[in-house]
Amino acid sequence: MKVLRQAFSVAHKDLSIELRTKESLNAAGAFAIAILLLLSFVFDPFSDVVREMSGGLLWLVFAFSGALIFNRGFSRELPNECLDALLASPLSPASLLIGKAGGIFVTLLPVELVSLFVFGIFYNVRWWLHPTELAGVFVLATWGISIVGAVFGALTVNLRLRELMLPVIIYPLLIPLLIGAIEVTNSLIANHPITDYEWLWARVLLVFDVVMTALAAALAETILVN
Amino acid sequence: MRERLSIVLAAVAALLLANNLHAMFLSLPDEAMQGAIYRILFFHAPAAMVGMIGYFVALTLSIMYLSFGDFKYDSLAASVIEVSLAFSLVNIVTGSIWARIIWGIWWTWDYRLTSALVCVLIFSGYLMLRRAIDEPTQRARLSSALCIFGCVDVVIVWKSIEWFRNQHPGPVLDFRTGGGRMDPAMSHVFYMNFLALLLVATALVLIRTRQESTAREIDSLRRLAHAA
Repeated sequence: MKVLRQAFSVAHKDLSIELRTKESLNAAGAFAIAILLLLSFVFDPFSDVVREMSGGLLWLVFAFSGALIFNRGFSRELPNECLDALLASPLSPASLLIGKAGGIFVTLLPVELVSLFVFGIFYNVRWWLHPTELAGVFVLATWGISIVGAVFGALTVNLRLRELMLPVIIYPLLIPLLIGAIEVTNSLIANHPITDYEWLWARVLLVFDVVMTALAAALAETILVN
Repeated sequence: MRERLSIVLAAVAALLLANNLHAMFLSLPDEAMQGAIYRILFFHAPAAMVGMIGYFVALTLSIMYLSFGDFKYDSLAASVIEVSLAFSLVNIVTGSIWARIIWGIWWTWDYRLTSALVCVLIFSGYLMLRRAIDEPTQRARLSSALCIFGCVDVVIVWKSIEWFRNQHPGPVLDFRTGGGRMDPAMSHVFYMNFLALLLVATALVLIRTRQESTAREIDSLRRLAHAA
């Protein structure tokens, strides 16, 4: 409970900074819309095929724009030795890591929602047919991206080649999560009946989230404390 | 002692390989459906098995480094991953050659091919991370953490891609099928070649660990000289 309370404080701090500066929100939002725009030149935006592969398009956009957000998660603590101050505070490393993931989650989710609206308009896709299920997929997959982003943002924060290393490490690790999110989102947006296959992928998302969060909490001290 | 062991292992592996090559090309007949190309299986699948074993040995070594803080576990883990990566690449390249001849394409997005590629990408990231960190303790700590995340992820990747796509030929080895899918003479050569590749990998790991320890020694002497 104490870990969650401390994590909430860290997420609240990050969110307050983000709401004041809006640097990650603006950059990730603009980047997401730019990719959506570019994708419209790759294929016919009004073809029926778009609905069938909308999950793939959306989650690639979210994964790439998410990189801008989790890149900032820990690097914003570098000036004025803020990261050292956080580590010297009574916060446990696990709560710091989970709090950072919480901050990324709350920043990434609005970017995803805005992109979804824009996607619906640009590509004439009716994405609201299964709102509850879609919200569930978004929450599960975004938490997975956020926790992996926070862990590897922390792991690479002091590296010379941070911006280069982060995507190289993160995207292969996110593959099972992205497959699951893409498969379920495709079915939901195409209004296919929800079968055992979709539930299987929903369970993959849940297992990924639980395993990665548990590993992050267990290895937080190794990753954060120098 | 370690040097002598690596020479002995390499020599035994060379003898085994020579014997296996003789059996593969001069004793065993062509396979009924695939012809001569099936012989690539004797290198393709054992290379994948050696690579996979290596990743999970590296996982154990990384956990041991984080538990005991001894650099020898870190050196061993890095060496094992480098060698496993080489074997995974052998697996992908031989698989690709087989696919070109049997399926008519170099690559297909089947679950085992995709999983093997994801493994290579994850552990290439591990090696890149090690190169990006100069400080030995930080390098060992962070790369151990990445190895643990990578190995756990590999299991999820493997299962999820299996559910997603499956075009690869089914298992043929006795321990997977309960027997009957592969001629005993062929499976004997297969297991002997697996043993030979495992010995080659062990010898390479020993040589690579020695290089890693020497590099660490040189690095600490350099630091000492700079501090003086």
